Amino acid sequence: MSEPVTNESVAPSVTGSAASGDPAPLLRLRAITKSFGAVQALRHVDLDIPAGQVTALIGDNGAGKSTLIKVIAGIHEPTSGEKYWLGQRVDTHTPRAAAELGIATVYQDLALCDNLDIVANMYLGYEETRRSILDEVAMEVHTRQTLADLSVSTIQSVRQLVGSLSGGQRQAIAVARAVMREAKLVIMDEPTAALGVTQTKNVLDLITTLASRGIAVLVISHNLNDVFAVADRIAVMHLGTLVSSGPAANYDTASAVELITTGTTARAA
Amino acid sequence: MSLDTSALESESAPSSRQRLRALVGGDLGLVPVLLALVALVIYFQVRNAVFLSAANVTNLFIQAVIYVFLGMAEVWLLLLGEIDLSLGWVAGMAGSIAAIVTNVQYAWPWWAAFLVALAVSAAIGALWGLFVVRLRLPSFIVTLAGNFIVEGVLLYILDHVFQGGGAPVQEKVLSDLTNGNLTPAWTWVFVVATVMVSGVVALSRERARRRAGLVNAPLYRLVVKLAALAVFGVLLALVFNADRGSFIPIRGMPFAVPLVFGVMVLYSFILARTRFGRYLYAIGGNPEAARRAGIPVDRYRVYAFLLGGLTAGIGGLFYVSRLGGYSSSSTDSTVVLYAVAAAVIGGTSLYGGRGKMTYPVVGGIILAVIINGLVLIQVSATMEFVVTGVVLLAAVTVDSLARRSQTLLK
Repeated sequence: MSEPVTNESVAPSVTGSAASGDPAPLLRLRAITKSFGAVQALRHVDLDIPAGQVTALIGDNGAGKSTLIKVIAGIHEPTSGEKYWLGQRVDTHTPRAAAELGIATVYQDLALCDNLDIVANMYLGYEETRRSILDEVAMEVHTRQTLADLSVSTIQSVRQLVGSLSGGQRQAIAVARAVMREAKLVIMDEPTAALGVTQTKNVLDLITTLASRGIAVLVISHNLNDVFAVADRIAVMHLGTLVSSGPAANYDTASAVELITTGTTARAA
Repeated sequence: MSLDTSALESESAPSSRQRLRALVGGDLGLVPVLLALVALVIYFQVRNAVFLSAANVTNLFIQAVIYVFLGMAEVWLLLLGEIDLSLGWVAGMAGSIAAIVTNVQYAWPWWAAFLVALAVSAAIGALWGLFVVRLRLPSFIVTLAGNFIVEGVLLYILDHVFQGGGAPVQEKVLSDLTNGNLTPAWTWVFVVATVMVSGVVALSRERARRRAGLVNAPLYRLVVKLAALAVFGVLLALVFNADRGSFIPIRGMPFAVPLVFGVMVLYSFILARTRFGRYLYAIGGNPEAARRAGIPVDRYRVYAFLLGGLTAGIGGLFYVSRLGGYSSSSTDSTVVLYAVAAAVIGGTSLYGGRGKMTYPVVGGIILAVIINGLVLIQVSATMEFVVTGVVLLAAVTVDSLARRSQTLLK
């Protein structure tokens, strides 16, 4: 099981390479620019994020990865440029608006409440009620169903407090929460940072499961092993510019490192 | 997707750790506190047989009422990691208003007086809440300032507007809050109905879970809990229905007991079964997570301060009823500290996110037991402060250890 992803990573790549001919990817960014005063954090970024595929966003610190996902998640308003959702021009300038489209972000500092159990965290802000009383039975049933659908099986009880979970399990809960909200695009910021080997593998499995369910996944990672393990597509950023993007098969570790550090490569296909 | 079972085992391995965490992490709920209470009761009863007499037990429950209400008021705030140090004087303010407007001079009906008194106390609480959320001030300082302001305003009213006469209780309903009793028959009705309703609610919840195919806690736990409730209720009814009068017979459960119980059940319901309560816990646990989940965090903070003030106001009605009136010599600067103590001794965390409305009930009873018992065994009144301080320190230490163990074991 050293290579957790085999079948999923190959099959969607085929459609991925044909993406240019497809009617529209799930999310299309065109000429996105973001300035903070005199500082240009993003310069004319063009990026397509297709449904059902894992897109890895890589780049050195300060390359603009975080700014880009914040633009996608509606936290930052781009200075100029356009966003298209399923071919439609959208202006999602608030996290709420992005969430309503189906964009969910799983941040590094996972936004979970340690003092609440898994069910309560999964439904926080969207509780099911009957006559304004919390419907715990329905929420518990759906939580178990969602976790089972995502093959998350390391959880002993969904009534455990989240504070008692491991880092990988917490990541799984945060992702499952996004899936239950029927997210179409899940953005994950460094999902495997600070995780052990087993937990990393569980999270990577979870990412491929998401993609196999037709969900677009955008992953930021510094770990190229993880990137090549799960990514269908790779996008490389350097000093605020998207210097290269395409099917993961077009890259290898050496070319990726070169792109990350210098912004160019002689090797890329 | 295939599952690697060895991977699963390595993640589920620390079950002994989890058991330890459950043990030290406060998951035992009220059990340790109840054991401490039983130990205290046994100690005082051995030292002075009057302690468990019908008259003293009744007196003790009435003593506990103010601590319980103020403790429940603090729980609204402690759940968010906030505190309100003005609640003692807010209670005094509400009690004084109720006493003044129902006296022979103004003769308002009791319900109008109660409404106005509670509206004022709720408004004072909400005012501190607005300062805390709008100006991002620590609640500790805002409410400490508030404590002096409310104290000054109340003493001014009592001294100058009413010429130092204070505010005697002259209205029957207000007086009956702590001096009136259910008849012995109604006492039994209350106890039996409470046990039966608890049983029906618990069993119907159990059945709903089973029908949905969910795992239930073992049935014996439910049976043990209900049996304990029934035994406790019957003992209370027997004690309250024994004659405790010196000259004329006095029997029956004080009105205050079912009233406190009713408020506790209502508050517990709000905390455990509504979105409002769920959001308070969420904000106390991780305000940023609550904000990202779309919860209007600041508004909920103000609500918590408002409910704290309101609950303190209810406590004030009982307080003035028990004192028979409120005057500028009814000093209350320390009572708020007993309120925090009641909540924390019961197991409410000072760090936010953990606590229940049953905790200040048990904590308040423990405080009343200590204060009442020390008098009975003729320990100097000053020792009361020392013992209360030691108990509070012990409770805070347990809270802190529980919190640290949770982060260490992660």
